[in-house]
Amino acid sequence: MSSEPVAVVGIGQTHHAAARRDVSLAGLVREAAARALEDAALDWSDIEAVVIGKAPDFFEGVMMPELYLADALGAAGKPVLRVHTAGSVGGSTALVAANLVAARVHTTVLTLAFEKQSESNAMWALSLPVPFQQPLLAGAGGFFAPHIRAYIRRTGAPEGIGTLVAHKDRRNALKNPYAHLHEHGLTLEKVRSSPMLWDPVRYSETCPSSDGACAMVLTGRAGAARAPHPPAWLHGGAMRSEPTLFAGKDFVSPRAGRDCAADVYRQAGITDPRREIDVAEMYVPFSWYEPMWLENLGFAAEGEGWKLTESGATALDGDLPVNPSGGVLSTNPIGASGMLRFAEAALQVRGRAGEHQVPGARRALGHAYGGGAQFFSMWLVGAAPPTT
Amino acid sequence: MPENLTAPLVVAFPFTRSLGPVQSAFLTGLRERTVLGVRTRDGRVLVPPVEYDPVTAEEIRDLVEVGTTGTVTTWAWNPAPRHRQPLRTPFAWALVRLDGADTALLHALDAPHARAVRTGMRVRIRWAAHREGAITDIACFEPYDGTATATAGATPHGGAFADPVTTLTTPARLDYTYAPGRAQTRYLHALAGRRILGERCPSCRRVCVPPRGACPTCGVATAEHVEVGPRGTVTTFCVVNIKAKGLDIDVPYVYAHIALDGADLALHARIGGIPYDEVRMGMRVEPVWTDDSRHPDHYRPAPEPDAAYDTYKELL
Repeated sequence: MSSEPVAVVGIGQTHHAAARRDVSLAGLVREAAARALEDAALDWSDIEAVVIGKAPDFFEGVMMPELYLADALGAAGKPVLRVHTAGSVGGSTALVAANLVAARVHTTVLTLAFEKQSESNAMWALSLPVPFQQPLLAGAGGFFAPHIRAYIRRTGAPEGIGTLVAHKDRRNALKNPYAHLHEHGLTLEKVRSSPMLWDPVRYSETCPSSDGACAMVLTGRAGAARAPHPPAWLHGGAMRSEPTLFAGKDFVSPRAGRDCAADVYRQAGITDPRREIDVAEMYVPFSWYEPMWLENLGFAAEGEGWKLTESGATALDGDLPVNPSGGVLSTNPIGASGMLRFAEAALQVRGRAGEHQVPGARRALGHAYGGGAQFFSMWLVGAAPPTT
Repeated sequence: MPENLTAPLVVAFPFTRSLGPVQSAFLTGLRERTVLGVRTRDGRVLVPPVEYDPVTAEEIRDLVEVGTTGTVTTWAWNPAPRHRQPLRTPFAWALVRLDGADTALLHALDAPHARAVRTGMRVRIRWAAHREGAITDIACFEPYDGTATATAGATPHGGAFADPVTTLTTPARLDYTYAPGRAQTRYLHALAGRRILGERCPSCRRVCVPPRGACPTCGVATAEHVEVGPRGTVTTFCVVNIKAKGLDIDVPYVYAHIALDGADLALHARIGGIPYDEVRMGMRVEPVWTDDSRHPDHYRPAPEPDAAYDTYKELL
């Protein structure tokens, strides 16, 4: 028996901000979930199971948030379960929910991811003073900046590429009313002259800290037929992981990322991602990760990703728009960041992305990664149902 | 084999919480000696209040005031109170259904001994002298044989108070005993002799440092100890321009990945002894040890030519 086709029929997100002091954690997740239900024209009673994701517990210091938030998510009397894969968790969470529908365990599932960074301490949560060990000397940006330098050395990319990405994504965010950063009047020159934090990473090439949540309603063929708006259909989804550190690890283009993308393309019947995918929403927390992921995900040959960025192909009006939502560079509630990528891919193929809609988008990739570039999750969604 | 090391690891942080409308009213009410609950659409009164109906998931905003007297619905005796518990003398943890409420609130009940406590007994709130908008504004419950304060049930309340409490700070603290394990212990003992020890995988033959007792790639135990370094090659780096909290290092400084000679992956360390803007990929470096540090304090340039890119590109 073949699996049930999975459709995204409802998408909701909060207005993201540096601090959402107006809502509790429960109120935050509720805002996203209620919008997703409204989009799907469904009620709490239509939901059979809830799959939730967030960053490690230390972030907000809430043990088992999936239980604490059960009331707000209408989970009483239903299965509620939590997924945990660091920064990629929003993506993995959506895939677990999708698998429940595909396997016909449940017909309609609510999936949600969140983070309230203003009430947590990411730096603290990620760098515990472990006895006997040398403290991490550089912070999150300092962890990734050397890999960016390695990418530049490997490919001979000119130094301005990161600036182009940051400028593009922040300009895209101006079209997205939910985005955290709305930097009106941002120019390339302003990005270029922003302070150098972890050379080669500048302030304006770095993601913000945000409060926010994202939710989606997933269902099967029958649910999709009843939905008031066009669904996004799942054509392929995969997760891969690898150790944080090992001899032979390629931090610039991790094997887990390449393998994950290859699996998704195989499921979706994609042989030339550059031609066959209309739009990609990728997890780019530091601007240079756009050209790095373009290569890792097979959109460009090794060493050629920066040329795609430089050519303007990844701009909103290019032939492979990347991060039309403004991306992680404009909005970063860590636990939700992966799901926001998945949701944007789905919004695009549903034709419901508003001002940041890519005209005629039929197939879109959503991508997330996390930890020390050790967890990857991706999905490919389409406007048409899968044929197999 | 030396004895395995252990050390205390304390994780402590003052988390903040935005309360949202319902918890804000509840905690501010306690400060004003007023106990608020919520009324669900089917008429139940929930104390402590919640924002969303646990049965129907509906949003609830109908606040009601309930009594400060109530009935114990169940309890457990706590013969040996611990630090930061509500009372210093033995007490009962009790679920108390306040008059007018349909659900019970967990708190401490001050009673002389366990025989003085029973399910169904009447109690009242003993307010804390100093109240700030927290559950500890209720110092505890105490036995009470007077009349109920809310015989008519719950009464509607607007929830508005002057100067409401909108956020809460909740300090969290975890006390661990950290044990780095056999492989790390051996590595640390070698460091004390200013030697850097890795382990070679019997399967892929690659040398992992710091050692973990197993190869992360092959998943097999590693037992062959290999001294690596002391010199190594800077494979990549960044220049840190913002001061990290709790680190006593002047910025800018260079944070580098260093492949020690004989190791198959890079360690992370600071580069010193050279202006930050002269550090380059391929630079050869050596450790600088100080008396007060277990690890090399930093690495400095070694007097030899830079390594060719091809010799370390696989370690990037």
